[in-house]
Amino acid sequence: MSAQSHSIYEQAILFIAALVVFTSFLMLAQKRLSGMIHLFAVQGAMLAATSALAAYTLPYPHLYVSALIIVVLKVILIPVMLHRLIARMDMRQDAEPAYLYGYVMMAAASLVMFSYYVVEPIAQLSTLATRNAMAVSLAVVLLGMLLMITRRQVVTHVIGFMAIENGLFFAAVASTQGMPMVVELGIAFDVLVAAIIFGVFFFHIRSSIDSLDVDRLNRLNEVEP
Amino acid sequence: MDWLLALIQAVLFVLLAPLFSGWLKWVKCLLQNRRPPPLWQPYRDLRKLFGKRPVVADTASWLFPATPYVVFGAAALSAAIVPFFAVNLPTAAIADMIVLVGFFALSRFFLTLAGLDVGTAFGGMGSSRDMTIASLAEPAMLMAIFTLALTASTTNISVAIDYLLDSGFALRPSFLFALGGLLLVAVAETGRIPIDNPATHLELTMIHEAMILEYSGRHLALIEWAGQIRLMLYGVLIANIFLPWGLAREFTPEALGVGLAAIGVKLGVLAAVLALAETSVAKMRLFRVQEFLGFAYLLALLGMLSHIILEV
Repeated sequence: MSAQSHSIYEQAILFIAALVVFTSFLMLAQKRLSGMIHLFAVQGAMLAATSALAAYTLPYPHLYVSALIIVVLKVILIPVMLHRLIARMDMRQDAEPAYLYGYVMMAAASLVMFSYYVVEPIAQLSTLATRNAMAVSLAVVLLGMLLMITRRQVVTHVIGFMAIENGLFFAAVASTQGMPMVVELGIAFDVLVAAIIFGVFFFHIRSSIDSLDVDRLNRLNEVEP
Repeated sequence: MDWLLALIQAVLFVLLAPLFSGWLKWVKCLLQNRRPPPLWQPYRDLRKLFGKRPVVADTASWLFPATPYVVFGAAALSAAIVPFFAVNLPTAAIADMIVLVGFFALSRFFLTLAGLDVGTAFGGMGSSRDMTIASLAEPAMLMAIFTLALTASTTNISVAIDYLLDSGFALRPSFLFALGGLLLVAVAETGRIPIDNPATHLELTMIHEAMILEYSGRHLALIEWAGQIRLMLYGVLIANIFLPWGLAREFTPEALGVGLAAIGVKLGVLAAVLALAETSVAKMRLFRVQEFLGFAYLLALLGMLSHIILEV
């Protein structure tokens, strides 16, 4: 099946799918926190666009609502919150120390291939034209995990976590025309609450170990060595 | 008749290359609030250089005076196989994209040897740097080209462009990534600003200029002309692969005129974009070039992956 056999909307959804993976790659390459938050907002905007496109082409108007929820939550509210957090903690210019750029990128590219091979037999079962995007969404989930594994900053972990959620949402839109409204609302508020709780935790971690470097959590002893 | 047209296209390509770099320089000057030189300044420079006697160092072997001819010949031949304003010309069937990359590699090989030949410090340094960049840029370029080849099921440029024109407009994520990768490679391979500064040969960080520092007279003219052709080759490749509309497919005067006008507009816009990019970024440290080209490779790889995952 070539690109032409899809309608222009399906092509657009697949196109955005590729861009979503690309933003995940950019997040992995990004060393500064503020840049990463911007990228997270961009990824959210792409998700909202996919959702709106799916709502336009399929007879599922509730996807417009989920697009709206994404715009409000992931493009505006959570990024603004994170920006204010890192501004308050004076981490706006903090860069990741000693980061193995090349290895992480290679690992990320192989994860994309891996997710393609894992998803391919499953995708054969679907009849949707956008089923190929399932591999992409699994890749976004795995890249989010990679982001969490390779970084030390807690704030980055939160962004990686949110990126995983983005991937799951993308899988839902691409493979099943969106989750039921109740589930979606529940997840959306879960994410929001998670973001707030993370914010509280940042301050907690920082006040107890005087840093947001996760590696230092390993050295949390009663007696200083 | 077809062969005559192919010859005209190749000759026109070679003759217009200095105009393209003149236009690029003109836009760049305007963007930087300087008074631009006239558009035909590169032609004047070439004429001046052709009029001068080349000076060859005592230590130079036969390789040194032979290199400019090899480099220019490779550039002119590649100009003949890239569709400029018409597709399906007989010359296009001779060679495919991999041969084109091979031509680039051939001229680079000879330039590098010539840089080492005289035995000056600058020449050797420039050669080593140029090879470093080439070894990183070539995989990315080939990867981007393979993405195109996968889509069109051919490595012949003309046939591939013909296929793209036939299939009409489609949103292809793989092409977006390949375009990004190819743009970065083009910037690196033609020695433009984030990698190398084409406007000076007085910097310790220079690459291309360091290699050709010993050349003078008509040798220098040939090398500079070849450099201008190479710059335009990348421009034409990018413009015609990613925006193939307007290329002449039958050889009537109207279609050819439209093709020529279209490629003129495309190249003009592309040069303006390049000038804007060159004005807005600073030259990169040499040791960050690998990150730049690694990113180009990543883009090309993503292009291929998204072709396999999303477009098949």
